[in-house]
Order: sequence, then structure tokens, then C-alpha cells
Amino acid sequence: MILKALSEAVGVSGDEGDVRAVVLDAVREHVDEVRVDTMGNVLAFKRGTGRRNTSGRNRLRVMVSAHIDEIGLMVVGHDSDGFLQVRAVGGIDPRLLPGTLFQVGPQRIPGVCGVKPIHLVKQGDLEKVAQIEDLVVDVGAKDKDEAKKLAPIGTYATFTTQFRELGPTVSGKAFDDRAGCAVLVELLRGERFRFDLHAAFTVQEEVGLRGAGVAAYAIEPDCAFALEGTIADDIPKDKDVSPTTQLGHGPAITVMDRSVISDRRLLRLLTGTADELSIPYQFKQPGIGGTDAGAIHRTRGGVPSVTVAVPARYIHSPVALLSLEDFENTMRLMRESLARLTRRTLKVSD
Amino acid sequence: MRELIRKLTETYGPSGAEEEIRAVIRAEVEPLADEVRVDPLGSLVAHKQAGDPSASKRIMLAAHMDEIGVMVTYVDEQGFARFTNIGGVRTLNCVGGRVAFADGTLGVIGVEQKRDKADRIPQMAQLYIDVGATGRDDCPVQVGDAAVFVRPFAAQGTRLVAKAMDDRIGCAVLIETLRRLERTPHDVYFTFTVQEEVGLRGARTSAYGIDPDMAIAIDITATGDTPESKHMAVELGQGPAVKVQDRGMIAHVAVRGLLVQRAQEARIPYQLEVLEFGTTDAAAMQLVRAGVPAGCVSIPCRYFHSPSEMVDEGDVENGVRLLLEVLQRA
Repeated sequence: MILKALSEAVGVSGDEGDVRAVVLDAVREHVDEVRVDTMGNVLAFKRGTGRRNTSGRNRLRVMVSAHIDEIGLMVVGHDSDGFLQVRAVGGIDPRLLPGTLFQVGPQRIPGVCGVKPIHLVKQGDLEKVAQIEDLVVDVGAKDKDEAKKLAPIGTYATFTTQFRELGPTVSGKAFDDRAGCAVLVELLRGERFRFDLHAAFTVQEEVGLRGAGVAAYAIEPDCAFALEGTIADDIPKDKDVSPTTQLGHGPAITVMDRSVISDRRLLRLLTGTADELSIPYQFKQPGIGGTDAGAIHRTRGGVPSVTVAVPARYIHSPVALLSLEDFENTMRLMRESLARLTRRTLKVSD
Repeated sequence: MRELIRKLTETYGPSGAEEEIRAVIRAEVEPLADEVRVDPLGSLVAHKQAGDPSASKRIMLAAHMDEIGVMVTYVDEQGFARFTNIGGVRTLNCVGGRVAFADGTLGVIGVEQKRDKADRIPQMAQLYIDVGATGRDDCPVQVGDAAVFVRPFAAQGTRLVAKAMDDRIGCAVLIETLRRLERTPHDVYFTFTVQEEVGLRGARTSAYGIDPDMAIAIDITATGDTPESKHMAVELGQGPAVKVQDRGMIAHVAVRGLLVQRAQEARIPYQLEVLEFGTTDAAAMQLVRAGVPAGCVSIPCRYFHSPSEMVDEGDVENGVRLLLEVLQRA
């Protein structure tokens, strides 16, 4: 399963080479052109079957993106005992770090985020959350010099989680957004669409949607879909409030988040297709988070955009969990919706 | 113009769902412009061609047609809808208010009674919309549905009050300017932008498409003329305000100078505006491509981002006159 390889590949924002290689291997034989741009985005092109110049127009250009980067840590210093001082790359909850295993640098050196044994913890300290500035990663270095040699400043670290199948669900790291990447790889491996498909595997989403903007500038699409792995907060709560999305309820479609208001024509395409084929779907809780669509839709003269996501529990932690049924339904919804996408979809009705 | 302002302010159009208001504006401008188009993000562009193509500048005028509102985030088991803001909605203005959805469904905003610090302004998460449903199954609204505040237009003396004066009053100024503009030496793009309230999104992409030589936003601004208000040297009824700066933009000195000069020449009352919070479409247009000289004509407005935004009719009329002075001359 391509999701396994993608999930286990390492690619913290700004250092996506490993996961880029997995993507390139996975799509190369299935596309007409593929290149890596200056930022490190993988841009793959799959020509459409529609005739060029019917009524004097070129084929529609459709961008589908998924970001290849993941959250992680960066080494910013070394203390005199050989521990690594680190900072977060992207959004990391410091409560999850103590005692967590990391792979550090290109050699994948094992490291552990240091934690005081419970025997030594003072009464009041259990209520406190250690901030990342107070934590260190231990790679077993005997002193500062060895630590500097093993992991110089700027070295990245990420979680070591292995991909696992748990019955109808799977667990692993970086499902945000390797789940989206896996859907995009599968779309490229399938039949051609009538329009020209421009796939963008983007970098540096987690630090501010940075790769997607330049990718969209280069592609100049007529419309865009961002594929994501998104928050499912459906664990039990004491109040009847939104779970953001729920596992097992199908692909999560974004209507509005902090970065974008989805194009209503594309929303109608997605929900219309889902209703027609009885594919389950849900709307993600509006107002939460941001995705590559936020950067894409603001590019040049504007790009109608929408985000579709595979719901995943515990994202931005060492291990996330998603439903394979949601994953399959996301793929199906995207494939079927894209098959129905024409210039008419983007026509202004008023 | 009152009837136009009534129609514009009472129409539904939260950010991202501007189809209805766009259709209303389009019907007004289509007979007046040489060409009308909708751009990729949904902004409406009405183009008035230059009388003398050789001497013309490309001038973009922008008023945003979207308004603030709310969006349903969750419908609970009892059929109450939780919501989030679309743009700068203040909870102080919400409780007891009414909202209307695109299909006309009406909702009342309630607040949780059991909450800590009940004497404080509530958090948005403590509010809900009651559409009269008895449960999730008969609730007529769902996650992602957007609503706007309900409040009829009213005129009293020279004061006009309505929801969404921000920025339908700017839209009214543009429409009226286009109506009265018989000849212009410039290529003028009357642009009714989308999604200003969520981050100036439509103006940015529209400006990229138009690639203007100069851009002017027409929007509302705050005033400092109400009891115990924050200091601001702008008052209702003292004329349109020529923007000097706000939090997002320092107006291009030549654009600001041109607006002041034309106002003085035509003896149009005007005020100079320094706004210490907020910004307008001009901030986005200024930074498009290699940069665009940009400025802003503001209509002073009390109680902005509340359901009862108040402007003065004279300021609106003088805003139209000022724009005409700018457009009619080379």
C-alpha cells in the first residue's frame, strides 16, 4: 500500500527529499511529465483526453495538490552534557514530546526526548506542561562536541512510528498529509481525465502554505483541489459539540477554514457526485485550520478551490489513525467528481 | 439613491456566497457599462471604456459586496446550531439578534445560561442559533450553511441605518458614479469584490486580472463622534474621508493628493482619515504585481460590524461627486 511507504518516509518541512523520492518513484510511469521546482515541489502532468481547441479553447487545467511535508523538530543548540536543544517545525503539542522516540538527521540516528522518571517527579510538577524550550533530545552523545558532530544546528528530527493495520483502520505518522498524497498518487495511476491534470506534491505547508503558492503560480490552473488528512476529534466528550470530523463518515469537505472559503461550484460538484453515487461525505467543522487551497486560490487572477480530506484521529502527534473505508471513499469521490468536471461546472450561473 | 441602498443592504451576501448580491448589482450596472464580467473568485467587474483610448489610464475602483455573517459549525441533538464567524463578528452584537440563511430560514441567537463569568461578554462558542427545530433530524440548516444578520433599512433625517452598510454603501456609491459618468478619458473598472471581510481576498486577485495604473477602494470607516468613543478625527456628515493610512496601507501620496485636490477644486466637503485599526481592499490592491498606486475614499460609518450601521446621506452623495471629479478629468 502506497500509504505505508509515504507515511514512513521522512520529510519535515524544508527537508522533503526522502518523501519526494517515494512520490517520484510512485508516479513517474503514470504521467506524461514530472519535474521538481525550485522550492522542491513535485509537479506532475497528465495530459487530458479531451480534444484541444474545441470551440477554440484549450483543455481545462485542473490542479490537485497534496503536501509532502510533515511536522517535526529542528536542532537549535547543544548543551554541555551533549543533549540536543530543539524547536518545533510546524504545529506540535509539547505534551506529546517527553519520552517520544525520534529519528534524527539524514542518518536516522535514534533519539529520545528526555523525561524525568516518575519516581523523581515532584508533586506539583505533574500538573505542569514542559514547554519545548525546556525539553531536550538525547542521541546518546557523551559531550557537546559529539552532539554537534552527530546533529549540527539545523538538523531535522521526526517521529519513528511504523505503519500498522488495525482491522478496518490503519495507524502511522504524518497522515497529515501523506493520506492526501496517497489519494493523489492513486488518481495519477488511474485513467486519464478529459482535462489536463496538474498534480502538485507541495513542500512547506506546515510552516505557512509556502510551496503551494509557487506551484499554483507556475501551473496557472482553472480550478484546484487540495487533498488533506484532517482532524477527527470524535473521541468521547462531556458536551454535545462538534467533532470537527468523524472517522467512518466519509471524506471531509471544507466549506470554510481560516485560509479559504471553498468555491461553491466545486462544492456542488462534490456533493452532487456523492449524492448521485451514494458516497458518504461530511463537512469539516468550518473555521478550523488552513490548507494549501488558502495559498492556491489567491494566486494570480484567482483560482476557484476546494479542500477534500481523509479524516484522521490524533494528527500532529506521533501516531494518527484513519479508516481505510474513508480513504477509499475519498479516492472514489475525487475520481468520480473529476470525471464529471467540465467548463460548465465553472460557469457563472447569474 | 435610497431605494438602491435599501435594496443593496437588505440583500443576502456573506463572504464566499455573493451570488445573490452580485445578481442585484449586475442588474444595475449591466445597462451602464461597456462590458461586465465575473472573475475567477466571483468579483463583478463593470468596465467603462475610455473616451480617448490613447490618453487613458486604467483606474480600478473597488467596493466589496460581501458582508460579515455566521456559518453553522455543528447541529446538536436538540437541533440547535453552533456557529463560527465569517469576518469580524462581535459576540456583543449577537445575543438576541436574528439571522437569515440563503433559503430564508430565520434563526434567533441565544446564549448558554450556565456559563462562568456570566456578566462578561460571552465567547462565540457559548452562543447558538435557534431555528425552531426540535432535533437534528428536522433542523433545516446544516454544517457549512451561512447566514447574515437581519435588520431592515431605515432612514431618519439624513441618517441611513442598515445592516451591511459595510460595504454596500460603497457599492451604491460605485453604481451611482457609473450612472452619472457620461464620459471619461480613462479606462475605468468598477469592481465589486468578494471576500473582503475574510482577508481582502477578492480585491487581490481582481487587481491582478485588471492590472490597473491606479486603484481606489470605496469602503466605510469608523468615526470618533459618539459618546466616549476612541479618538478619531472623522465625523458623520462632514464629507467623505480621504484615507491617509490605516493598519494595512499608507495611501499613495499622489492618489491622496489627487483626491484632496479634486475635492477642493469642486468645493466638495471632505475629511482626512487616519484609522488606527482595520484596513480595506486598497491594502491588497496596492501590493499586486509590481505595485499599484492606491488610495481609499471612505464613507464615515457608526456602529460598523453591527446590524445597525449608520451613515449620512450627504457623505454618500459627496462621495459620488468626488469620484466623478476624479474620473471625468485627465
